[in-house]
Amino acid sequence: MSKPEAVKEPSMDMQKAMIARNYEAITSKHETGRKVSNTFVPGNLNELLMCFDIVNNLPEINAIQAGMRKASGGYIMEAEKSGHSEDVCTYVKADIGQMSKGNIAPNGKPYPVPDVLMLSYTGCYTFMKWFELLREEYKCPTLMLHVPYEGDGHSTKNMRDYIVKQLKEVVIPGLEQVSGVKFDIDRLRQYLKNSAKAEDDLVWCLEQGKVKPSPIDAYFGGVYYIGPIFTAFRGTEDAVSYYEMLRKEVQGRIENHQGPMTPEGTYFNDQKYRLIVEGPPNWTNFREFWKMFYDEGAVVVASSYTKVGGLYDQGFRHDPDNPLESLADYCLGCYTNLNLPTRVDLLAKYVEEYEADGLLINSIKSCNSFSAGQLMIMKEVERRTGRPGAFIETDLVDPRYFSAANVKNRLESYFQMIEQKRRGGGSKTVAA
Amino acid sequence: MSGKNKSVADIMAVCQEMFEDLNFNYARKWKAAKEGRKVIGFLPVYSPIEMIHAAGCLPLGIFGGGDQMEVIHGDAYYQSYICRIPRSTIELGVTNRLDFVDGMIFPFVCDVIRNLSGIWKLMFPNVWSKFFDTPQNYDKSIGGTYYIQELQELKEGLETLTGRKISDADIQRSIGLYNENRRLIREVYAFRAKQPWLAPTSEVYVLMRAGLMMDVEEHNQMLKDYMAAAAKEDRPKRDNVRISIYGSFCEQPPLNLIKSIEMAGCYVVDDDYSLNNRFLMVDVPTTGNPLEALAITYLENSVETSCKYVPDGKVKGQFHVDAVKACGAEGVIYATPSFCDPALLDRPMVCNKLSEAGIPYIAFKYAENSGQMQPIREQAGTFADSIKLWS
Ligand code: SF4
Ligand code: SF4
Repeated sequence: MSKPEAVKEPSMDMQKAMIARNYEAITSKHETGRKVSNTFVPGNLNELLMCFDIVNNLPEINAIQAGMRKASGGYIMEAEKSGHSEDVCTYVKADIGQMSKGNIAPNGKPYPVPDVLMLSYTGCYTFMKWFELLREEYKCPTLMLHVPYEGDGHSTKNMRDYIVKQLKEVVIPGLEQVSGVKFDIDRLRQYLKNSAKAEDDLVWCLEQGKVKPSPIDAYFGGVYYIGPIFTAFRGTEDAVSYYEMLRKEVQGRIENHQGPMTPEGTYFNDQKYRLIVEGPPNWTNFREFWKMFYDEGAVVVASSYTKVGGLYDQGFRHDPDNPLESLADYCLGCYTNLNLPTRVDLLAKYVEEYEADGLLINSIKSCNSFSAGQLMIMKEVERRTGRPGAFIETDLVDPRYFSAANVKNRLESYFQMIEQKRRGGGSKTVAA
Repeated sequence: MSGKNKSVADIMAVCQEMFEDLNFNYARKWKAAKEGRKVIGFLPVYSPIEMIHAAGCLPLGIFGGGDQMEVIHGDAYYQSYICRIPRSTIELGVTNRLDFVDGMIFPFVCDVIRNLSGIWKLMFPNVWSKFFDTPQNYDKSIGGTYYIQELQELKEGLETLTGRKISDADIQRSIGLYNENRRLIREVYAFRAKQPWLAPTSEVYVLMRAGLMMDVEEHNQMLKDYMAAAAKEDRPKRDNVRISIYGSFCEQPPLNLIKSIEMAGCYVVDDDYSLNNRFLMVDVPTTGNPLEALAITYLENSVETSCKYVPDGKVKGQFHVDAVKACGAEGVIYATPSFCDPALLDRPMVCNKLSEAGIPYIAFKYAENSGQMQPIREQAGTFADSIKLWS
């Protein structure tokens, strides 16, 4: 979803340029007169915001950017000094702490006060409080779209109607007011058409994890693949071109029997272990973390993190013929809005379909939405697939919680366990 | 339970026993007393227990394992950096203490309870369970329409479970009984706010907890008996400060923590402990469509707590300031379970509002099994002293 250094492939350069343009659009709002909305990644309404010419700024992505630039640690301490608890989501604290340090975007210019906080409340409780906190800071209007949780394993007509009604009666009039632009449903349809096209290509790319050797890394590489579609670009022509380009790159690697490219610029062909990974990555030590995998020959063939902004591989596409209903279904179906049994089903299915050696969970200390109950997920997936699971613990953007030695040890024992299993031994969990 | 001459000690003995009983013998006996009876568990913070009652079932509040239960199995499901209530609730489940419970309702609270609802489905596939999502949009035609339909689905779920239809009259009767329950609870709270030395919170707390585990009519009588008996007690009035406790709506503190705060020189005159039966602040209409009545009361007259969105930033936290003024508290203890996202994310906003209003506060964290009370007693004591000195 963001950029470490050592970008090598053309698609990565293209994405980098897109992100730079978006930061420029955000930070130049006073010159251009464009309106800016802050919103979240899962369940974002990018196509809808585009209908009002609103630029999309994502605090989670800003926190990730800060994490990768090694700035988040200081921001988090700053937020904790001002009364925020050490126990809560570190994205929130990175975002809030950044404000007291000038609120500077990656392009060196200050983030402007948003014109609206578009609170798409999907899959994570923290979102709601985060925007209540930002509202206090920015004193700008907040539009709340409440997306019910799929607690009983499916969405209902009532949930969908509720979301559509909020879109019609709260969100759209609110965005019209903020932007002064009248809503045009045909414009929305056009954007949704672009979304569906890009989604087709993304799914194709993600599914190539089934090929051996895998031409993609669906976790460390995956965070780049999902970048445009999960953020400010879904619905744009740029995103359509990006995914066409990505698809060609992946196709090229398949033809050459190549694995994905590592940050060191080498192709990772010698793949010994195929993993499914659950949970977000750590961002402060992203490259070091990734290296621990490819150094040992472990490639991630599918992950749940690449589904936080939509389960396109399970068939969902934005639908220009049913625009608002399709936005509702999109919000309902984001990964963390699914209940635990559904998450278990999905992960077990990935282990089988991608012929993985097992499930690795990266449990994030400050993210209850993903983490609460992950030990159960691991045990269930192990039980169903007969393949061993492992559990590591890191944090998103708080460098205090990344212990390289610890993670490395766990991974090494896990790979040994997989070896044992291959030789016909029993499976045993590597857990905390 | 009823009787004019019940003493506070008699009533407390019953409440204390229920509070400590992690085998839920009251509910087991209630169930065994009549063929076909069913018990439905619910977690904090708010579930519409009128619906459970109208289905002829006993609503049973599940508040984790407290400080008497060792968590062994629960730790295999939830990591150490997650609050304790889901782990001890699982412990209750896997140690068969809830084996008589026919259904479970997991209300909208936070990501932990949300995920717990799924774990329950995986672990106890034969127990009916429902994730109950309350709206965060408070417009009648939007959130109200959604909520009525959610209540309708809850009703249908209960009907399938019990094999019997729930009529509007059934729900209205239950609403009537719970209206009385809420009224009496408000009276107990008002009584305590007026004469806190007669109704210590260590008593009021177990009285309220018992109410979420027993037949509502019985609890109504108990509340009346308690007020009558407490008014007659000869208890000296001390030079304590009056404080409100907020942030403790879900995982409950150990009783010793409440006692420690009182022993440190504080009278607790308001709190958000075991909130469910105080969640709706006014009577729910007993005429018209009962689902609509429940929904509208929820939208218009429910407490402000961290599990709810506050649409207007200007009034965020004002609820707490008003509550402090209404009960005449001199300060606030914001006490939260460790790792509790809702309470901890809300804390800066609520506390800022208290500061603006010139209300002193302190904040600390606890766990349901916290054992070390000395630091809490010291903190609360220093806080009480500072209020006495400076206010
Ligand atoms: S708690 Fe998790 S899902 Fe929620 S904002 Fe933080 S990282 Fe994202
Ligand atoms: S104590 Fe807090 S975090 Fe834990 S389940 Fe309750 S509300 Fe959620």
